[in-house]
Amino acid sequence: MIARSSTLSAPWLLAGPGALFFFGLVLLPLALTVILSFHAYDHSTGIQNTFTLSHYVTVVTDGYYLEIFWRTLRIAALTTLICAAIGVPEAYILSRMRDPWRSVFLLVIIGPLLVSVVVRTFGWSMLLGSQGLVNQALQLLGFPSVRILYTETAIVIALVHVMLPFMVIPVWTALQKLDPMVEAAAWTLGASHFTALRRVVMPQVTLGMLSGSLIVFGLSASAFAVPALLGGRRLKMAATLVYDEYLHELNWPLGATIAIIVLVANLCIMLAYNRMVEARARRTLG
Amino acid sequence: MAFLTLEGVSKEFGTFTAVRDVSLTIDKGEFVSLLGPSGCGKTTTLQMIAGLVEPTEGRISLDGRDITREKPNRRGLGVVFQSYALFPHMTVAQNVAFGLEMRRVPQAERTDRVREALMLVQLSSFADRYPRQLSGGQRQRVAIARALVIAPPVLLLDEPLSNLDAKLREEMQFELRRIQRKVGTTTIMVTHDQAEALSISDRVVVMEAGRMTQVDAPYRLYEQPSNAFISSFVGKTNLLAGTWRRNGASSAVDIGGVLLEASAPEIAAGTPVTLSIRPEKVLVRDAGAGRLEGHVVSRFFLGSQWLFTIETPLGTMTVSTPNQGGEPPAEGSRVGLDWSPADLRVIAGTAAAA
Repeated sequence: MIARSSTLSAPWLLAGPGALFFFGLVLLPLALTVILSFHAYDHSTGIQNTFTLSHYVTVVTDGYYLEIFWRTLRIAALTTLICAAIGVPEAYILSRMRDPWRSVFLLVIIGPLLVSVVVRTFGWSMLLGSQGLVNQALQLLGFPSVRILYTETAIVIALVHVMLPFMVIPVWTALQKLDPMVEAAAWTLGASHFTALRRVVMPQVTLGMLSGSLIVFGLSASAFAVPALLGGRRLKMAATLVYDEYLHELNWPLGATIAIIVLVANLCIMLAYNRMVEARARRTLG
Repeated sequence: MAFLTLEGVSKEFGTFTAVRDVSLTIDKGEFVSLLGPSGCGKTTTLQMIAGLVEPTEGRISLDGRDITREKPNRRGLGVVFQSYALFPHMTVAQNVAFGLEMRRVPQAERTDRVREALMLVQLSSFADRYPRQLSGGQRQRVAIARALVIAPPVLLLDEPLSNLDAKLREEMQFELRRIQRKVGTTTIMVTHDQAEALSISDRVVVMEAGRMTQVDAPYRLYEQPSNAFISSFVGKTNLLAGTWRRNGASSAVDIGGVLLEASAPEIAAGTPVTLSIRPEKVLVRDAGAGRLEGHVVSRFFLGSQWLFTIETPLGTMTVSTPNQGGEPPAEGSRVGLDWSPADLRVIAGTAAAA
């Protein structure tokens, strides 16, 4: 009897701590944020104990917020696209490398993740600033200096830099599973290197690329440090907007509303995308 | 007439020589096997013919045309890979059609030729399946159809049967030969399985440590192996070390004082030799009869035959006799061994190499 009751309680005991953490650190704060977003707010007296939908109405009708949402979407999508364009060939080259070099380059690729986000981002702001290395080089070559820092370009550059590993690694994993002889088979059947890549290798890494895109898009859309430091005070993205509402405007309910809308939008996009990925996976890999 | 020719082909990987000075001439329509243990350079040789590996030295020509440096996609040879290397995201029909598509064969003709190729390998009803939905033998046949549909001048098979289980492997051997006979394509197969090489090839090329050591028809390879390694690698054999003696017209091998009559005109008296005798050439007699006495250490029943291990003054010998239905000599019993002197094969040198 004792043995039986202990086997029955074992799953609960094992899953308990994790569930408790998940509840306490994710679900509870999320629920509080949702409740907070419905509280009324007054600039002179602060958060009111009455409930209202006015924050949601404000956010979806005010062009200021819509522009920031649109910018967030655009930057995240552009980052994803560039990561795919660079990351897929990079993963292919990596998978064809021999061992000492493969380890070295894998480390180079995941390198950005090993450096603190603040240090890394300040590094980019030094490179891209009006007197930074990039502009100095341009002037030396006789070109006029360009303004990169505090533009969307700067944000995208820095995001691509840190997001690249999240694209390379899933694609690389997909390539690892690919029989190298499959490509050789395509050559012997008359396909050129390019055709073999397009018709045989690419279709099999799409899955890795799509799941990589999902990670890159999600992380880029909610990035905070990069847009905060490289976008400056005026060029805001969703995460920096939430931060400002909370800490500068002190309008916590409005900040909570924006956070919830970003979360829902992100979830919708990613779930839709994931469905597409899974449908494709079922079709080609079974 | 020589169709495919390899002249002094070598391949070095850094300091390691995988293939050393291979010269081979293959006629049109011939089925040739490259046989050898793993690491003997047979797959590298095949990949050089396919164009996947570039030879360090030598020349490969096909129908009079030098193809040594030609890219694999320009050679147009059919290759069946050990892993089959089917395209997992394409159906069977799409896999087979790929080579025709690359050759810009019109859609209607493509459909016809794919249908014919699938009929040849008896997979017509599987055209719309994906490779993952097929068994090993079916995948292998798709790979053959895909390689044959482009009507290649030469078909290259890299251990095509090694991923199949024993029973299926045997069936597929004959299937492979049937297809090859029907299509008449010059075929080169790489294998480490001597039974496979012997059963379906016109000629067998034995490779050892990157070199070609014997090229012969299967039965000649079996009966007249040129060295001790081949005699033990191709089929089973008993190898006995001795010294070559000659006394006028008669000659014999001296093994620890026992003289065994044999003939080998080209060997000088007094040289160390290896005597090779196949297990099925030794006859089991009653004790006292025959040329040699021994006792049965163990016996195994293999269905069609009995396999004995017999301890003799010359050493332990393996002997096989066909199953005649009766009870053969029991373990521990004494027997006499007999053979025809013509079945003894004398090879110069010691068996140490084997």
